[in-house]
Amino acid sequence: MTPLLFLALSAAGGIGSVLRLIVDGTIKAHTRTTFPIGTMIINVTGALLLGFVTEIALRDILPDAWRLIIGTGLLGGYTTFSTASFESVRLIQQRRYLSALANSLGMLGLTIAAALTGAALGSLL
Amino acid sequence: MDDYADHHTPNRARRADPEAMLPIDPDTYVSDAPVSGPAQPIHLQWRYIGLVAAGGTMGTAAREAISLAIPPLAGIPVAIFLINIAGALFLGALLESLARRGPDEARRRTLRLLLGTGFAGGFTTYSALATDTGFLLVGGQLWAGAVYAVVTVVVGAVATLTGIGLAAGHHRRQLAAAGGDR
Repeated sequence: MTPLLFLALSAAGGIGSVLRLIVDGTIKAHTRTTFPIGTMIINVTGALLLGFVTEIALRDILPDAWRLIIGTGLLGGYTTFSTASFESVRLIQQRRYLSALANSLGMLGLTIAAALTGAALGSLL
Repeated sequence: MDDYADHHTPNRARRADPEAMLPIDPDTYVSDAPVSGPAQPIHLQWRYIGLVAAGGTMGTAAREAISLAIPPLAGIPVAIFLINIAGALFLGALLESLARRGPDEARRRTLRLLLGTGFAGGFTTYSALATDTGFLLVGGQLWAGAVYAVVTVVVGAVATLTGIGLAAGHHRRQLAAAGGDR
């Protein structure tokens, strides 16, 4: 990997993190639930897009450098595991076990389904 | 990300003069920004965005450096697994430590946005976890995919709890050393 590509990938991760901040804040401002729906939506949409980007890169529609910048950088920075895990633990501490299950294994299933949907969409190109 | 406690602040924050009184929840603050409608010139908003961008860039750079150094093992992205677990431990410790030191304002908020939302958020990733698992599953490696995904989520939760516990223990020892009896 060239130094320039590494820098571009990293900066894209910074942009993805800011997108996460803005999307999460916007969702919070427009919902009343205490379920951490923001992180859920972020991770599901990010997985959908990464599945798509990965698939079209595998089919040589997208150059690999762009897969790294958009996929590994932007979408890697946009989605987050640490916050999702923290929120699940908080739900367990509040004895909201069903919500915790939805936020952990539920999120896992939804994001995998989203990634495969994105890949399927990419294979249609 | 952490506002179960201060879920009630948005309306008060929205009415308040942002320069005079900062809301408790910076994410809400950002969401009140001029996404639509007339511009609401709040330059502090850009400070928060800058912190998250800087932390996210550093976290993503660290993730990629580790990913390049540790190759996948039997199709399982070991690097991403270790990154997600380490990031969960770190975020648990950071947020617990900050919460025990006082309300989310000033330096504590700066650290939370730079190191938590920014660094830990950019360092860890869910899209790679989901996509790698999805490709393992459809590629016929059912067990590898299922084990990788479930173990990541379960060990991640344990790591988060461990981080919280470490920070809480550290805080109690500091209080004890300072002569506090709480």
